[in-house]
Amino acid sequence: MKLTTLMTSAAMVLGLATSAMAQDKTKVGFVFVGPVGDGGWTYEHNEGRLAVEEEFGDKVETVYVESVAEGPDSERVMTQMALDGADLIFTTSFGYMDPTINVAKKFPNVKFEHATGYKRADNVSTYGARFYEGRAVQGTIAGHMTESNIVGYIGSFPIPEVIRGINSAYIHAKKVNPDVQFKIVWAYTWFDPAKEADAAKVLIEQGADVILQHTDSTAPQAAAQEAGNVITFGQASDMAQYAPKPRVSSIIDNWAPYYIDRVKAVMDGTWESQDTWGGIDSGMVGIGEISDAVPAEVKEEALALKDKMANGEYHPFTGPIKKQDGSDWLAEGETADDKALLEMNFYVEGIEGSIPE
Amino acid sequence: MDLSAINPLLFVAGFLVAATPLIFAAIGELVVEKSGVLNLGVEGMMITGAICGFATAVETGSPLLGFAAAAVGGAVLSLLFAFLTQVALANQVASGLSLTLFGLGLSALIGQSYVGIKPPRLGDIDFGLLADIPVIGPIFFTHDIILYLGIALVAGVWAVLKFTRAGLILRAVGESHDAAHALGYKVKHIRTTAILFGGACAGLGGAYISLIRVPQWTEGMTAGIGWIALALVVFASWKPWRALLGAYLFGGITQLQLNLQGAGVAIPVEYLAMSPYIITIIVLVVLSADKSAAPASLGRTFHASN
Repeated sequence: MKLTTLMTSAAMVLGLATSAMAQDKTKVGFVFVGPVGDGGWTYEHNEGRLAVEEEFGDKVETVYVESVAEGPDSERVMTQMALDGADLIFTTSFGYMDPTINVAKKFPNVKFEHATGYKRADNVSTYGARFYEGRAVQGTIAGHMTESNIVGYIGSFPIPEVIRGINSAYIHAKKVNPDVQFKIVWAYTWFDPAKEADAAKVLIEQGADVILQHTDSTAPQAAAQEAGNVITFGQASDMAQYAPKPRVSSIIDNWAPYYIDRVKAVMDGTWESQDTWGGIDSGMVGIGEISDAVPAEVKEEALALKDKMANGEYHPFTGPIKKQDGSDWLAEGETADDKALLEMNFYVEGIEGSIPE
Repeated sequence: MDLSAINPLLFVAGFLVAATPLIFAAIGELVVEKSGVLNLGVEGMMITGAICGFATAVETGSPLLGFAAAAVGGAVLSLLFAFLTQVALANQVASGLSLTLFGLGLSALIGQSYVGIKPPRLGDIDFGLLADIPVIGPIFFTHDIILYLGIALVAGVWAVLKFTRAGLILRAVGESHDAAHALGYKVKHIRTTAILFGGACAGLGGAYISLIRVPQWTEGMTAGIGWIALALVVFASWKPWRALLGAYLFGGITQLQLNLQGAGVAIPVEYLAMSPYIITIIVLVVLSADKSAAPASLGRTFHASN
């Protein structure tokens, strides 16, 4: 009896001690759509999380849950994180948008940051990166490099972010190669290596010799390597393990500076709901090294384009651009504003097929 | 729309490959369920097999050794399930689910140093002249040995269940473990053997994904194929050939819809994307309109004192 009492009080003291310690720490939660080892999208978000730990050391505690399905299940995960005392929660996939808003309503003192969405609240910020700038670089390289004039594109879900990428890549491929044709396959998943590889194989079998992907794993890279004479681009992460070929370049999402910034804002009490959309200029979108498989003059052209976007000289969506149905969208010299980009739900002129509703 | 872009030979050859992991996982689970055990850990055993096979193939340079290791890895993990459900008499559903979670975590841990590595390629079997036959050659005689093993396994399981004493005993245990016990059959031993077989098959299926279908290692790369295999066993009403048919339907339509999308067919993509699930279910449900039902003791815990 005595022993049990002793142990109970010891446990209580310990419990109090830990909760007292937890008070000093800022707890940051991350909700991931794939596994941290996907080598792409989630991997880079997790790198950002590790950078936060590195930066703040003992003052911060991070937790994450990986492979959380978009939709209702994510609401449960976020609620649990908030109940466990998280001060700031990053929800890192488009499909977490409504769940994030719902959970944020229930926990007004917890700050939320939702990636790639457009719904905000007093305690919900949104952030995203202008991947379409990277797609412009990829399109330029793809247009030059394709010999079959068929570029395969693996889409995930028909949301504005993905459609923007397709349009940007197409516009720039077309600019350097008027005969180029895009074949688009929707995988309806962010992460399913077997399906992504199948999609890549199908596109290659149908004649594509360039594969662009907007899914999270490196499986299409492996499929392209297997097939031989096909080039690919790293998506969300460098995927340098597949360089110099098939992977000839990449879009790298660099979330670390942003995450450190926002955690610091919570610590200082200066956090406010905001919308951040970083591009090549801010370093949120990086262009992975263009490998030697690309001819020097193409590489030069691609890098020049990148520089022009970085210093604001060039916008990837600059008129004249028509919509797929032939109607005018942007007049000569006009550039698309952010609102139009965020809501983009149409293909530009020249792309075949229709966007799933 | 440009249907001529689809090469029917490559398409059929492609779906045979896509269906193979599903065949292995489903036929293994079918045997387990025939013995009266419901193992929901297929996904976990598959992913464990995927990494065990991948790691072994990379380290030894031999894909076949990799497949052997995958079978062992899947079986070892299933041994844990056998211990929980047959010895500790734990709930099968809970044990199976935890096996999946455990397998996903364990494989991620083992796989950390294997990301981005290209595995050795398992060559296709040389059928000599057979491969030169027009149409049939490129479709059926240009594959690796594991693909044929999958089909042979289905035939083997069917024959054993239908014609042999061992198959009869296995089915008896699954239909009524009390009666089988009263006849002197060792219910737990038989079930444990079935669970091990199921684990080995799931492991092979997983390795087929990581060594042939993708081929690479990525965490969580089975991405739900184990669950589809589980559903397939039910919709195939526990019949081996129907499970094979279901796997081909599912794999085939998945490939077909990707092909049709690529060719720009004017069917809305949403319908194409859901078609593998819908069509497979409809066909198998129509086929199972006869009275074949689940093994009567499926999912029930056995203890000699009951």
